[in-house]
Amino acid sequence: MDALITLLLEFAIPTLVVAGIFVAILKFVLPREVRTIFKRELKSYFTSPIAYVLFIVFLGISNTLSFFFTGVLEGGEADLFLPYFQYLPWYLVLIAPAVGMRLWSEEQRLGTMELLLTMPVAPWHAILGKYLAAAVVLFAMLVLSFPIVWTINYLGDPDNGVIMAGFVATFLVALCFLAVTSVVSALTRSQLVALLVSVTLCLVLWLGGLPNISDLLMNMKGGWLVFWPFLKLINGLGVMPHFTELAKGVLGLRDIIFFLTFIIFCLFATSVAIRLRRA
Amino acid sequence: MIEVENLQKHFGAKVAVDGVSFTVNKGEVLGFLGPNGAGKSTTMRMVTGFLPATEGRVTIGGADIEDNELEAKSKIGYLPEAAPLYSDMTVEGFLRFSAEMRGVPASELDDAVDKAIETTFLEPVRHQSVDTLSKGYRHRTCFAQSIIHDPEVLILDEPTDGLDPNQKHEVRQLIRRMGEEKAIIFSTHILEEVEAACTRAIIIDRGKVIADGTPDELKARSSNAGSVLLRASGLAGSGIEAELEKLPEARSVSVEESTDDGIVARILPAKGKGKGLGKAVSDLCQTKKLTISELRVEEGRLDELFREITKTDDQD
Repeated sequence: MDALITLLLEFAIPTLVVAGIFVAILKFVLPREVRTIFKRELKSYFTSPIAYVLFIVFLGISNTLSFFFTGVLEGGEADLFLPYFQYLPWYLVLIAPAVGMRLWSEEQRLGTMELLLTMPVAPWHAILGKYLAAAVVLFAMLVLSFPIVWTINYLGDPDNGVIMAGFVATFLVALCFLAVTSVVSALTRSQLVALLVSVTLCLVLWLGGLPNISDLLMNMKGGWLVFWPFLKLINGLGVMPHFTELAKGVLGLRDIIFFLTFIIFCLFATSVAIRLRRA
Repeated sequence: MIEVENLQKHFGAKVAVDGVSFTVNKGEVLGFLGPNGAGKSTTMRMVTGFLPATEGRVTIGGADIEDNELEAKSKIGYLPEAAPLYSDMTVEGFLRFSAEMRGVPASELDDAVDKAIETTFLEPVRHQSVDTLSKGYRHRTCFAQSIIHDPEVLILDEPTDGLDPNQKHEVRQLIRRMGEEKAIIFSTHILEEVEAACTRAIIIDRGKVIADGTPDELKARSSNAGSVLLRASGLAGSGIEAELEKLPEARSVSVEESTDDGIVARILPAKGKGKGLGKAVSDLCQTKKLTISELRVEEGRLDELFREITKTDDQD
C-alpha cells in the first residue's frame, strides 16, 4: 500500500504535471498547424497496430530482461536500480527508430508529401508536429514501465529521485534517437531502410560515448590519422556520458544543453533533407 | 489570378519544363494538354509550390509562391495526379484534417466537410476507411480535399482519371460551374474534356507551350478545319470533280467514293479564302442540278491538331 502511495506521489503526479504542461504548450503556444499534424500523427499510431506492438515489445524486453539479467531483484537496493537504466538505452537504439521510421518515409511512399507540402504550412510545423507525436508514444512507453518502479518500491526503500532522474535521462536519449530517425526517414521512402540506417546511427551514437570505446578510439589516432577527426566527432557526439551524468541525478546544464542542441540540429537537418528530396 | 512567367525545371541535364508562361484569370478554366512526359505534372507541381522552379516566377493572386509561400498556398486547392491519401484515416477524418490544415475556422469545419462530401458524392463512404475505397472514390476523396476550403485557385492534375463515364460527366460539369468564380487549371489526356469544360487550352510538348487559345481557336488550326464533305448524286457526266477543283475557295479535292451516279468528296479550303467554301459548293451543285444528300463543314478537331503538333518520341 505504501509503495502504491509513493508511486502516486512521487511519480504519477510529476508525470501528470509534465503532461499537463505539454498539453498547455501544444494548445496555447504552438500554432494550430502543429497541433493538427500532431493530432493526426498520434491518432495514426493508435489506429494501426504499430504503437501496441512496440509497447509490448519494449515493455516485454525492458521488464523481463531487466529483472533477470541486471540483478535488480537480488540486490533489492536502491543504487542497484541503476543497471536497469544502463540497459534501457540499448533497447531504445531499436525502439526509437521503430517508432520514428514512418514519420517521413510513409509520407513519401503514399505520396501524401505532395499534399502536405502544398498546404499552407511551414515545413517546421509539420516536422515539429510529427516529432512531438512520436515523442509522446515514447513517453507513454516509459510511463508504462511503472510496474518495475512499483516492484522496487514494494521490495525496498529506493531513492525515487534517482529513479526519476534515470527516466528523465532515458527519455532524453530516446528523443535524440528519435531526432536522428526523423532525418533518416526524410531521406527514404522505405520504412525498412529508415529503420536499419537509423538503428545503425543510433548505435554509433550510443557506443561513441561508451568509456572503453572512447578510449579505444582516442588511442587509435596514431594509425588512423585520416579517420581521427571523424572518430573524434563520434566521440564528441556520444550520448552516453551525458546520459550517465543525468541518470546519476546530477542535473547538469551542460548535458541538458547537449541534448536540446542535438535534437534541434536534427530537426533542422530534417527540413534540409525534405528540401533536398523535393528538388 | 495565376501568373506563370518563363517557368523552367531541370532535373540534372534533363530539361523537363522549358520556359512555360501563361496567365489564368478569375472565371477562366485552363485545360492543360500534352503527351505523357511533356511536363504537365512538373509544371503543376511548381505552380503549387511542391517543386522549386529552376528558373522563373509563379504568382498566385499577387503572392509569389516562393517568397510569400504561405499566403500563395492558402489560395490554392490542389489535386495531385496520384490522388494520394492517408490510408489510415476515414474519408470524413481526412477531409476534416485537410480543412483544419487549410485554415477553415473550427466553427465552419462541419459545414465545409458536409459540403465537400455532397459536391463530390462521397456520402456512401463517409465513414469508411480510405484503405478500403475503390479507385473512383479515392480520387473523389482527394478531389474533395482540394475544394474543401473554397479556394480562389484550383489546380487539378487529371481530375477525371479513374472515374466512370457518368462521374466524368459530373466532374466536368462541376469544374465548369466552379470555373465561373475561380481560376482553374486542369490537365487531361481526354480531348473532349477540354471542349466540355475549358474556356482556354494550352498544349505543351517537351516542356514548351506549343499552342494556346480557346478550344474553338485551336480546332480551327487543325488542317481539316473548314473542309467540306459533300455527298451528292445525279451527276452522270457532269465532271463535278474538276468543277470543284476550279472553285477559288478550294485548295484541293479528294474523292473518297465515286459511283456512276454519286460521289463522296472532301474539299479542303484554300488558305485565307476558305470562308465561303460551303456556300460555293452548294451553289455549284445547284447549278449542276445535283441532289445533295450531305454537305458538312468540318469545325476541325482537337485530336487532329494534337497529333499534328506533338511528336511522340520514346527516346527521351
